[in-house]
Amino acid sequence: MSNVPWWASEDFWRKTAIWVTAGMAVVLIVLTFDTVKVITAGHSRVPAYEVINKRIYYRMNTKRQFQEPVIGEDAPLFGKMLSPEEAQAMVSHGKMTLQARNCASCHTILGNGAYYAPDLTKAWLDPAWAGEGAREMLMVKFLMDPTTNARGYGGKRRMPNLHLTEEEAKAVVAFLKWTSAIDTSGFPRNFTPILQEGDL
Amino acid sequence: MSTAKLTGSAALGGGQRLAIKYFVVAIVLFGAQILFGLLAGFQYLQPDFLYGVVDFSVNRMVHINAMVVWMLFGFIGSIYWLIEEESGTEVVGLALGNLGFWLFTIAVAIVVVVYLVIQTGPGTIESIWFINEGREYIEAPRWADVGIVVCVLIFFYNVAATFMKGRWTGIGGVLVLDLVAVAGMYLAGMFYSPNLSMDQFWWWWVIHLWVEATWEVLVGCIMAWGLIKTLGARRQVVTTWLYIEVALMLGSGILGLGHHYFWIGTPEYWLTVGGFFSALEPVPLVAMVVHAVYDSGVHRFKSPNHPALAWLIAHAFGNFFGAGVWGFMHTLPQVNIYTHGTQWSASHGHFAFFGAYATMNIAVFYLAAQKWRGNVNFGGGLVDNGWKWKWSLGLLNGGVLGMVMALLVSGYDQVFIERALEGATWAGFFKAQYSVWYLQGMWWRQLFGYMTAAGFFLLVWDLMTIGVRETRPAAFHTEVAEHAA
Repeated sequence: MSNVPWWASEDFWRKTAIWVTAGMAVVLIVLTFDTVKVITAGHSRVPAYEVINKRIYYRMNTKRQFQEPVIGEDAPLFGKMLSPEEAQAMVSHGKMTLQARNCASCHTILGNGAYYAPDLTKAWLDPAWAGEGAREMLMVKFLMDPTTNARGYGGKRRMPNLHLTEEEAKAVVAFLKWTSAIDTSGFPRNFTPILQEGDL
Repeated sequence: MSTAKLTGSAALGGGQRLAIKYFVVAIVLFGAQILFGLLAGFQYLQPDFLYGVVDFSVNRMVHINAMVVWMLFGFIGSIYWLIEEESGTEVVGLALGNLGFWLFTIAVAIVVVVYLVIQTGPGTIESIWFINEGREYIEAPRWADVGIVVCVLIFFYNVAATFMKGRWTGIGGVLVLDLVAVAGMYLAGMFYSPNLSMDQFWWWWVIHLWVEATWEVLVGCIMAWGLIKTLGARRQVVTTWLYIEVALMLGSGILGLGHHYFWIGTPEYWLTVGGFFSALEPVPLVAMVVHAVYDSGVHRFKSPNHPALAWLIAHAFGNFFGAGVWGFMHTLPQVNIYTHGTQWSASHGHFAFFGAYATMNIAVFYLAAQKWRGNVNFGGGLVDNGWKWKWSLGLLNGGVLGMVMALLVSGYDQVFIERALEGATWAGFFKAQYSVWYLQGMWWRQLFGYMTAAGFFLLVWDLMTIGVRETRPAAFHTEVAEHAA
């Protein structure tokens, strides 16, 4: 097919496909090395697990023009300071409970999952929990019997009772507290957090 | 004639007989996808329906998992269907291929039963291994992951070894390289991390790099082969198009992965990288539309298999609008920060999976049915005027498009109320969920879901009966063969 110009030839496009794919894959791999480093717990954007020992504020950063988590003073979860290992074990147990109870088939978390129930990314900071002091116990109570404790918000949708043990419910709260300290670049936009100490 | 019908399967190669098995399971799972989608959709309207028995989470999980698996069964079947003709030799490990089929099918059946009966487990690694991994789309427990990898390796061996024994074609070369990536990406989703950001980072390697990269290339290969089969398009032209599509698809799609890395804790350079490359993702899909429409026009829509051609055209447009346009609408971070994780995603998801993948599988089902029935005419002037395939085409496409539009209305409403006005709180979420326009969207979605289901039943009926009373041989098969050679 000598009348086919080079730019329309099979050979040219085969080589282009190979080079483009290889080039993009290399860029992805380079970026992946950097990203994996940055999102390791305890690095700049994803908190260390022992953050559950601290108060987590959600504040506007005027330079970035969106809110970001700010780590405050000691505020041990369920009144107990945990070592880094204990904190990781508790957060991990919470995440495993989230997976095993299939939470993401109703909820989103970091915006990913199903759209039947509210996003869990900032669950720890949500104004649903009345005040900062009562929050952790209210969350445990809700998780252990959501059918009875459902707020409803004026509709009939309720979370089913997934029969969490108290230990599992506390671990889920730990996981959600840790999650709320992830820097999500301002997602969800304009989130209105629970009334935080110092707001008044 | 009836003898020819009874011995129809004898006319098929070993690979094609194996493909038929995959197609049958794919269609059963397609039905399951629709059934559980209807149940989940109904729970939006009547939250007490099956509450505490088969909750939304279970229905939704079966709905999307059945979808993923029927796509895979359809793709694997399609490739077994075309490989012997394409490579010019028999599938090398047919017995192994059959073993892989049964392993895969039994594993899927066990997983579904566990989903429905056991549903959830305690928060331990054993639950993740044996009940439910709890990660969207790849909820299958880890033991099943291992099984899937084994089955995919068997499949890969069969494809690669068959092409190596026979002849390599452009389509074959792209296919084999693509399958390496399909299998490799799955491994990225097979580990546990307590770190949610790390978890979702790698999870997207599976979901995005499958759905928006390797699967697209795979259907590109099937499309290329399908155009040769249905229209007699020239192989050299089709292959060149395929390379162009691969270059554009992977050129945009690999780094387009970044549009999932906007808000999960990943660095901010992904806003630029993901925004830019994912905005380019529709380009190859435009190329596909041009390709399909041009080829059809050149051949004046003359095809020995009208339903297959119609579904190929539906694929070209569905892929472009569903994956391309609907994806583009909310891919830039400036809008995605509001729309991410709302019914916008559901609207896009329905349109893209149906438009890009369901359509392609159905096209191949029709090509398979034709040969199964003894290579009779599936072109113009079908015995009953082909009303069944025409109506099922209309009902399925109309039904899905209706659901897409209804979900988009709900999505708009949700985004404005929950995200823009109410500060994305839980109270804001429910305020949107119970708003009038949102609920109207959900009602319409359900109605169009019934329409889709009607289209599905008609499709199954048609696939079982089309061409049974047809005696005329398929029209220009010799011409097709000449071009294909």
